[in-house]
Amino acid sequence: MSATAAHDHHDDHHHGPQPGLMRWIVTTNHKDLGAMYLIFALTMFFVGGTMALIIRAELFEPGLQFVDPQFFNSMTTMHALVMVFGAVMPAFVGFANYMVPMMVGAPDMAMPRMNNWSFWLTVMAFIMLLSTLFMDGGAPAAGWTMYAPLVLQGGDSFPFMVFSVHLMGIASIMGAINIIATILNLRAPGMTLMKMPLFVWTWLITAYLLIAVLPVLAGAVTMLLTDKFFGTSFFSAAGGGDPVLYQHIFWFFGHPEVYIMILPAFGIVSTIIPVFARKPLFGYASMVYATASIAFLSFIVWAHHMFTVGMPLAGELFFMFCTMLIAVPTGVKIFNWIATMWQGAMTFETPMLFSIAFVILFTVGGLSGVMMAMTPVDFQYHDTYFIVAHFHYVLVPGAVFSLLAGAYYWLPKWTGVMYSEFWGKTHFWMSVIFVNLTFFPMHFVGLAGMPRRYADYNIAFADFNAVASIGAFGFGIAQLIFVFFVLIPSIRRKGEKATAEVWDNPEGLEWTVASPAPYHTFTVPPEVK
Amino acid sequence: MTEQRDEKGKESNGRVALKMVLIVIAMFGFGYALVPLYDVICDVTGLNGKTGRVGVEEATGPDLDREITVKFTGSLGAGTPFEFRPSESSLVVHPGQPYTTNYVAKNLTGRQITAQAIPSVSPSVASLYFNKTECFCFSQQMFEPKESKDMPVQFIIDRDIPKHVKSVVLSYTFFELKDNAGSEPD
Repeated sequence: MSATAAHDHHDDHHHGPQPGLMRWIVTTNHKDLGAMYLIFALTMFFVGGTMALIIRAELFEPGLQFVDPQFFNSMTTMHALVMVFGAVMPAFVGFANYMVPMMVGAPDMAMPRMNNWSFWLTVMAFIMLLSTLFMDGGAPAAGWTMYAPLVLQGGDSFPFMVFSVHLMGIASIMGAINIIATILNLRAPGMTLMKMPLFVWTWLITAYLLIAVLPVLAGAVTMLLTDKFFGTSFFSAAGGGDPVLYQHIFWFFGHPEVYIMILPAFGIVSTIIPVFARKPLFGYASMVYATASIAFLSFIVWAHHMFTVGMPLAGELFFMFCTMLIAVPTGVKIFNWIATMWQGAMTFETPMLFSIAFVILFTVGGLSGVMMAMTPVDFQYHDTYFIVAHFHYVLVPGAVFSLLAGAYYWLPKWTGVMYSEFWGKTHFWMSVIFVNLTFFPMHFVGLAGMPRRYADYNIAFADFNAVASIGAFGFGIAQLIFVFFVLIPSIRRKGEKATAEVWDNPEGLEWTVASPAPYHTFTVPPEVK
Repeated sequence: MTEQRDEKGKESNGRVALKMVLIVIAMFGFGYALVPLYDVICDVTGLNGKTGRVGVEEATGPDLDREITVKFTGSLGAGTPFEFRPSESSLVVHPGQPYTTNYVAKNLTGRQITAQAIPSVSPSVASLYFNKTECFCFSQQMFEPKESKDMPVQFIIDRDIPKHVKSVVLSYTFFELKDNAGSEPD
């Protein structure tokens, strides 16, 4: 290709990264930016995790022990915003940055400078959001859903929250455009769409979801902003508006958002399971179609988040049945993963362990989701700890486990050394035990009627809450094992040297380059048969 | 960016990005379009308790065989310094016949205040059939200091109202209009 030749000529003078700290600020290299996204996401994961532990410490016993209720509400709000927008989403973007160009045989992302810009915008957005913790009136405390009119009563932090949502939205949209352009334009010759690795497919669909719904969120928070400061009344009944309208707009964004956080996870797990089952993925095409169906359905189910606002029966039936329909493509995926493992020569290295735990525990979260899809019973579950249990099952042993699986799977490719399998397995078993200890009891207290987002609770729920708090601290310690015994040694290149293939016959172009992957890969596009 | 497609027929990165930016702008607009869409859907379907304004089937006369209890409630928006209540708590009415009732409001402060009432009807299925021919909620109300007013509402319940509806609640929330909220249309 002519463009490649010109690029090669231009690059003759500097083949490696810039020396010194400036490398990390000005870099446009997809591997540098991918690594920075991942480190940023991990940092935010610990920031959000610390907030979760403050919540669990307060809820260890009934009564008020450590924090006042206002600060408690700030913690639930900030924990969600940080984890959703700061940890899970940037982590998947990090994987996309690092792996998608290598998987499709491209030299870099399609728009490398925009890539740098979207990373640093994300960082700025979170500096701004976290700065609200030190403001008069404290950080936002009206819930991550930012429902009007409550959120409009917030203090100085309110406009900072709105603008940080704007910034992270712009950053994510730029990242998504970059990923779409890379996948559509930079695939190696011979790699047709239906030959792409599933991780690339799921990210392509996720990127379209991001582009479609993040602007709607930006619109919703802009309306909040003008309602508060510029005299509009979108959500104020006094001026002819309606607070329920906010919930419709928010969840029109919010439901596709939950698939934004899980579709790339499906991609990672679909990549890992065939390698360790030593069989090709069962039903590749059906996986692609199932992903696309889930993405389409995500646009017509939003009101199942708000069954209790007083919708008419016809609306409740529509949203109930559409929601249940999502179980069909999701079921296709789960059965495909099981069929892939069926009669395979399975081995249980850490990435595989996390992937199998993902399949099992994500299904637990999926089933409680089907329960809540039923409108009549949702009236009991709404805003209780049952929903807290549900979305943590799909997000922690769901999305976060897939991220950890992906990290273990590609870590030797990134660093060139094998991580310690002993510490990997210790990390896995502690994580899987404590995650269940944390979130399973929440089903019980939720069904018994414990409402979410309160700093105190009825003494009847005390035992299960104590168990959940113990689980949460255990889960936190397990993640420190990952940092100190897996990640840091790998970054310091301590461990056995990894081969180019790393695993037993893994599939994908990323395994055809050396470990660690050189700074520039596929400057000459590979031929895909 | 002179050539828009390379030899394999792929579009340039710039064109792909431009298309995506157009989608982003369109979806931002769609978020705002949801506001009028929501109102239209509520008006057409009568969901959300938004009531029809004008009686359409007055000519057919009252249906004396049916009786429906209409209950009236009134409440105040946050920080609205008023007394506000219906003059009678309920009325038994025949569908198809016009009725008039009053709400009483009193300004408790020593300053001039403009206020507006926002109506709601429940159950929401009844709201399509609840027609107000005249209502103080149609316009903003000006109150002199300490002034008290009787404000009329005239309504007809449509004869086609579903048989299972035996009672209807008409509620008003009375809001003080601040300077900025007053400029809002609708």
